[in-house]
Amino acid sequence: MDLFEYQGKRYFARHGIAVSPGDVADTVDEAVAVAERVGYPVVVKAQVKVGGRGKAGGVKLANNVDEVREHAVNILGLDIKGHVVKRLWVERSSDIAKEYYASFTLDRPNKTHLGMLSAQGGVEIEVVAEENPEAIAFLSIDPVEGLTLATARRWVAEAELDDVAREQSAELLVKLYECYTQGDCDLAEINPLILTPDNKVHALDAKVTLDENASYRHPEWEEFRGDEFEDPREKMAKEKGLNYIGLDGTVGIIANGAGLAMSTLDVVNQVGGTAANFLDIGGGANADVMAAALEVINADPKVKSIFVNIFGGITRVDEVAKGVLEALKRVSINSPIVLRLDGTNALEGRALLAPHLNENLITEPTMLDAARRAVALAN
Amino acid sequence: MSIFVDENTKVIVQGLTGSQGRFHGLRNRDYGTKVVGGVTPGKGGSDVDGIPVFNSVKEAVDATGATASFVVVPPKFASDAIIEAAQGGITFIVCITEGIPAHDEALTYNRLVEEFPGVRLLGPNCPGIISPGKCNIGITSGDIALAGGPVGIVSRSGTLTYQALHELSMQGIGQTTCVGIGGDPVPGTNFIDCLAEFEKDPETKAVMMIGEIGGSEEERAAEWIKLNMTKPVVAYVAGVTAPPGRKMGHAGAIISGSKGTAQAKMDALTAAGVYVCQNPTEAGAKMVEIVRAM
Repeated sequence: MDLFEYQGKRYFARHGIAVSPGDVADTVDEAVAVAERVGYPVVVKAQVKVGGRGKAGGVKLANNVDEVREHAVNILGLDIKGHVVKRLWVERSSDIAKEYYASFTLDRPNKTHLGMLSAQGGVEIEVVAEENPEAIAFLSIDPVEGLTLATARRWVAEAELDDVAREQSAELLVKLYECYTQGDCDLAEINPLILTPDNKVHALDAKVTLDENASYRHPEWEEFRGDEFEDPREKMAKEKGLNYIGLDGTVGIIANGAGLAMSTLDVVNQVGGTAANFLDIGGGANADVMAAALEVINADPKVKSIFVNIFGGITRVDEVAKGVLEALKRVSINSPIVLRLDGTNALEGRALLAPHLNENLITEPTMLDAARRAVALAN
Repeated sequence: MSIFVDENTKVIVQGLTGSQGRFHGLRNRDYGTKVVGGVTPGKGGSDVDGIPVFNSVKEAVDATGATASFVVVPPKFASDAIIEAAQGGITFIVCITEGIPAHDEALTYNRLVEEFPGVRLLGPNCPGIISPGKCNIGITSGDIALAGGPVGIVSRSGTLTYQALHELSMQGIGQTTCVGIGGDPVPGTNFIDCLAEFEKDPETKAVMMIGEIGGSEEERAAEWIKLNMTKPVVAYVAGVTAPPGRKMGHAGAIISGSKGTAQAKMDALTAAGVYVCQNPTEAGAKMVEIVRAM
């Protein structure tokens, strides 16, 4: 789960990382109230989960109440790369002497944690990595050992942060690492991490991605939920407990297993179609799950055909077939359904469906045949 | 021959008394796997359909001589179960648990490497390992596999592993061992570990590799293949059409920026001399063609 900047800053603050005083605002009046409270000048920042806010006019400096009002009016409702701004973060403006970059993420090839620190912050780190890779000090951290203050001190020196910033930065990095590990982040990034003219180091932005697998030990994450889905189809699928990702095509996809679901998208594409979604119904494909899956896909007006691709392993194909028939009794489906059923109890499953087959309920013997049929029906 | 396991491998099931553990543990035994014990703290002395249950891995290993463990416990207990297996003397651990936090996986992996260097972990979040006719640890349905070789399979995806077995078995082509390494960000066993074993195994004549988007394991495997692999490899990589920035089911299946795309992986594998196919059916057909020409 990606956090908004304001959520990330609250997460950082909880772990003792210094951020600018500020608050969220959903209306122009709220923005003014926050500005009056924290004191001018303030920065009015669009809260969207996409980069390039500044260039899109989503980050503005305001020196007085009129400017706050003007910027809040302009930014609320602004469309930034398809993300409509519904919320602002208003914070006290900081004077900036230097901009640094700091982040922690998982280093998958090395199976350790990876810290990245640079004295060249404020720009996209990918650009720095491309154009000036020696400006980034990489630190591989053994999860068993963690990050000590001594190591952090060596690291800030290696990254050539300004002398006056080093001790504060080292302490901040240890806290950020704690936030990253204890807070179960996939990514904890500060860009820019700033040094002010009066030699204070603090986080001016926050980019945090949380590992959903750890949500069982983070009840506090509940406050971050609710507005994480921009796509109404994904919201509906989440409510039904389905693993769904909305796409733009016309063939609705239902498959068991993430790999098979991905592969189904690929095959539909190869035979000239486009997938409307990714949907993995997992191992327990009973009637309820199948009905929920068909309902979500049916609610997508772009869908012209539905491809159900099942390879029974632990999932028994006869159970899937029963699920489809049961689902069809409950839900009225607007598009023809093409099924490919293989694996455990496939013969029994196909036999169950046989009496019900018609031009809107079709079986095909292989994945490729089924893909071609579903695409032909959709195009 | 087979890799990692064979007909003599003695297996205990951690979590045998749970519904999943019981279901899969008994299925594995029915397949012919030597399932010699189960472990559930507090339930020692009982049994599951004749399989004795012990309070700890150590007790189970002392009593049965097991060397492999099948971990079927919920995510919050999985890391401790894996470490307990290693401490108890198990050398091959298969963990099918899905949904373990990435930080736990990274910590557990490094603890195993540092404290228990002789221990291999397969998974987590994997279908397990099957050496047809000899040993099946995990959730793969035994009837889609065919004994006798000559193909080794290694796969990052669960259902696509079954698809790969099916494509070959339908054509009468058997498998030596099929290893599901799982789709999580920190797998205990990777492609290269399996490719190296298949390269050494005299009965394995060719290898089928199923990859997916995310990470760089396929690219690393390609490098290794170029330098070390003498046997033909057929590969399929799922997720050509996956959009960047979205997790496609598996925690590990995500394209970050320009990294981890299926195309980059397919290009690397092609450059390493691997037969890269566009879908599982094509990969199966290619492998059948290679084996028949041998």
